[in-house]
Amino acid sequence: MEKRTDKNSYTILFAIIMVLIVGSILAFLATALKPKIDVNKQLEKQQNILYALGVNDNDEKSVAFISTDKVAEEFNKYIVKQLVIQGKDVRVDNKAYLIDIKKEQASAKISSYERQLPLFLGVKENKVSYIVPIRGKGLWDAIWGYVAMDKNMTVTGVFFDHKGETPGLGANINQRFFMDDFIGENLLDPSGKFAGIDISKSNADPVNVDKIDNEVDAIAGATITGDGVAAMIRSELKVYSSYFINLKNN
Amino acid sequence: MGFFKDSNLITDPLADNNPITIQVLGICSALAITAELEASIVMSVAVLFVLGVGNVVISLMRNIIPSKIRIIVQLIVVATLVIIVDLVLKAFAYELSKTLSVFVGLIITNCIIMGRFEAFALANGPWKSFLDGIGNSLGYAVILVIVGFFRELLGSGTLLGNPVLGDPIEKTGVYAYGYENNGFMLLAPMALITVGLIIWVQRSRNTALIED
Repeated sequence: MEKRTDKNSYTILFAIIMVLIVGSILAFLATALKPKIDVNKQLEKQQNILYALGVNDNDEKSVAFISTDKVAEEFNKYIVKQLVIQGKDVRVDNKAYLIDIKKEQASAKISSYERQLPLFLGVKENKVSYIVPIRGKGLWDAIWGYVAMDKNMTVTGVFFDHKGETPGLGANINQRFFMDDFIGENLLDPSGKFAGIDISKSNADPVNVDKIDNEVDAIAGATITGDGVAAMIRSELKVYSSYFINLKNN
Repeated sequence: MGFFKDSNLITDPLADNNPITIQVLGICSALAITAELEASIVMSVAVLFVLGVGNVVISLMRNIIPSKIRIIVQLIVVATLVIIVDLVLKAFAYELSKTLSVFVGLIITNCIIMGRFEAFALANGPWKSFLDGIGNSLGYAVILVIVGFFRELLGSGTLLGNPVLGDPIEKTGVYAYGYENNGFMLLAPMALITVGLIIWVQRSRNTALIED
């Protein structure tokens, strides 16, 4: 005799009930936890921006952010101004750090829409840094980060992160040995044109002594993630270069 | 009682029925994430949790799951478990969730999990299935840790991020004598070769494991 669980009607009924149960559990959890997750994400953005500025709890090797209970206060202290650049228009917006870069990139592609470009002015030890959020593609998924520079587009600090790069290889873009190499590199070439920073396999400069070659050392086994970082820096910072040229001329 | 009678469910997968070297399951993640010892350990703990709980859930449902769609049902159970854990961590332990987020996709597609659901949990009770899940994830962990240990040591000269062989740039420790890190160890082919060497050693010690 055919078993009860082999019947088509039972199979369909089972599938429907299972999907309903699983779907409602997940929907309920996602909605219930969303406010908490959103707060965590906002704090993380503030931590990342401060990290690029050099405000962090790092010791010699580790990556350590300002703790979450202090970060909002420190953010207000160090980030003196948040700007949004849109075309020729520059305005002050205290929620600029919440602008969704992914959405801006997408809508800039499909219409004549002028992209909103957030820019944060941070002051640490009396030095002004301009911090810019960037976003691009790694090997498997999104990568993003924040680049802090002075008005000559010389990098003063970076922070990179990723959604799903290979652990032990591409995932190491958020480690100190990689990020610290960028400090002091110039985004402009010696003639003053925008050049970006390449992730080079033949740099032969592991501690990055040469700061004017527009190159840092690649991570072994993470070629595509590294290329993604270089492409992200090039395309995402280029759109800001006219702002910096104006800044220098004024 | 139960535990001692079934203790072979835990000990067998550690060696003679190892999920990676004998059942040849979970090879993809063993290649992908063993470039560093720490990633191997995190992945092992995550699989331990998901396989332990998942095996129990599937085992409890084993008499009502329609056989025609059992693979899909198994996939849904794994995916749901992983997503629930991910959501809860994101809300209450955000830092930890960031460390684990890259492993989420690897866990859902890990064939050890589907393989044990299919081969064991669908035919056995919850307690036995739980032990089987724990045993197989420990067997998986053993291989991951061995491979991760050698790949990180020979590839980067570090263990858990600590430089144990000296500094390759300053030329201290063994590097002072001309030793160089083997960058090839960090790439996936060397993980496969390392797993192959483990299989070779294991089968030459116990010839009963050699298939015809």
